[in-house]
Amino acid sequence: MEIIGERINGMFKDIREAILTGDKTAVHKWAIKQTENGATWLDVNTGASAVDQVATMIWLVNTIQEVVDTPLALDSTNYDVIEAGLKLCKRPALINSCHADRYKIEIVFPMAVKYNAKVIGLAMSEESGIPKDADSRVALAMELVAAADEFGLPLEDLYIDPLILPINVAQDHAVEAMETLRQIKFLSDPPPKTVVGLSNVSQKCADRKLINRTMIVMLMACGLDAAIADADDLDLLDAAATARVIMNKEIYCDSYATLFKASKY
Amino acid sequence: MAVQVLKDRNTNKITVVTLGATKEDGGTRTHTVQVGGAGSLPFLQFEGEMPNKPVIAMEVLDRFPTEWNEEIKNAIGDSLNNAATWAKKCVEDFGAELIYLRLQSADPELGDSTPEQCVKTVKDVLAAVGVPLIVVGCGIDEVDNHIIPAVAEACAGENLLLGVAKQENYNTVVAACMVHKHTVITHAPLDINICKQTNILVSEMGIPSDKIIIDPSIGGLGYGLEYSYSIEERGRLGALQGDRMLAFPIIGTVGTEAWKAKEANVGADEFPGWGEQAERGILWEAVTASTLLQGGIDILVMRHPQAVKLVQKNIDQLMVPNKL
Repeated sequence: MEIIGERINGMFKDIREAILTGDKTAVHKWAIKQTENGATWLDVNTGASAVDQVATMIWLVNTIQEVVDTPLALDSTNYDVIEAGLKLCKRPALINSCHADRYKIEIVFPMAVKYNAKVIGLAMSEESGIPKDADSRVALAMELVAAADEFGLPLEDLYIDPLILPINVAQDHAVEAMETLRQIKFLSDPPPKTVVGLSNVSQKCADRKLINRTMIVMLMACGLDAAIADADDLDLLDAAATARVIMNKEIYCDSYATLFKASKY
Repeated sequence: MAVQVLKDRNTNKITVVTLGATKEDGGTRTHTVQVGGAGSLPFLQFEGEMPNKPVIAMEVLDRFPTEWNEEIKNAIGDSLNNAATWAKKCVEDFGAELIYLRLQSADPELGDSTPEQCVKTVKDVLAAVGVPLIVVGCGIDEVDNHIIPAVAEACAGENLLLGVAKQENYNTVVAACMVHKHTVITHAPLDINICKQTNILVSEMGIPSDKIIIDPSIGGLGYGLEYSYSIEERGRLGALQGDRMLAFPIIGTVGTEAWKAKEANVGADEFPGWGEQAERGILWEAVTASTLLQGGIDILVMRHPQAVKLVQKNIDQLMVPNKL
């Protein structure tokens, strides 16, 4: 299970202030802390308030790589910002993300191949928005899979996100996302990987951590490979570690939960 | 229509471990032996590389093996009276690639040898042969916790393979290996979960991963061999899929377990249908060994020279690359 640590994001107050003042402390702190907790990737999002998005991405990538060598997930809707980050990444990066719109695929997939990067492909397009049912999501996922083949992006480097919505906004979506995860694994051989932005499920809910860790376990049972998540939520990591053992993906030992946080899966 | 060969994709390899040290590296061995490194299930060279072949260590005791089957004693002969001459004969006459020295006489009931006497035995064996050495104690923790550190210190730099570290007793032997630059055997009682846990515990002490060999325990033919095979295979599959705490080469005491079997020892006079004991015993050990080879064992610890010869032939044949 790959955990993409979500904390280095300009939407968080301490990171926003770090970006505005140039004080590296908070960025260093979260880079190290998430890595120590076993994050496979560190998400890097400049946030909306940064004036110069490209310069901010460059600063964040350099600042993170001063203290850790964890691979980065470059998170932006602006592909110039992503490419600026890709040029600096010491290890192959993850592009977060690309919609299933053709014109976006034509920009992002060749960019991924050029920089040996992986891609999060969203099972939605500008036209469809977030589809209501699993079938529509799977149809868009299939377009992403076909495009990966077309542009020479290895399928195991494509992470498809079925999209999950807050449980207090669209309660009927979670089961559709779960069904989508199951079906994605039948789209190709080898199948693409799967990912979700986990914390979205509990936006503005009362007990967010409980919902998040219940959700990750249920999604893992449906074929989830990765989650953009709070790598500082140790209960969440323990739940994911336990799910791996229960699903027989990891050989049990008494220290399995510690091992999950210490290793990078 | 052409048959499409399905190949498993593995994300990890077994760690390569070097046994012994030559003069340049602070030891006295004439050569070192490398084990591990496989990137697929055993002998599937079309699927992944297998850079190092499984090797055979012959078992040597520091006392006369009174209880061993007469057939083995006859095959090895008078040299059994002394560990150094016994080891020398195993290497020179029987082609042993490693010597597995069991310091059994440290057992209070089998000689009560002191740590100093054990050190001398190890030094004598080192002087008699040029191959790397595996040294284990008598199996009693309190005793082994004295003799293994003494051996480790006296033979610093030799990169001995020392054992054994167990879940409930690992600190002393692991620390001795780390301080004096040796490799350690972690031991688990036919339990993959304890095997993994023990590897985590010793790794947490800071010993590098290329200094660990695992002994998951084995059962001989007819006495749990298939269970040993399953554990080996499960561990190997886990290791190949990325479980670093199981990605270590494996050692197994084949001779000890195979010769425990009644079927290896009783004479044809008692069971005429079973055939001659001499041949049967050898085959019992050889079949136990060759089965474990298919599970992924890297170091076979064996007793009978004829069984060693059969298994060496088997290994050579299996190592011929198969291309599909």
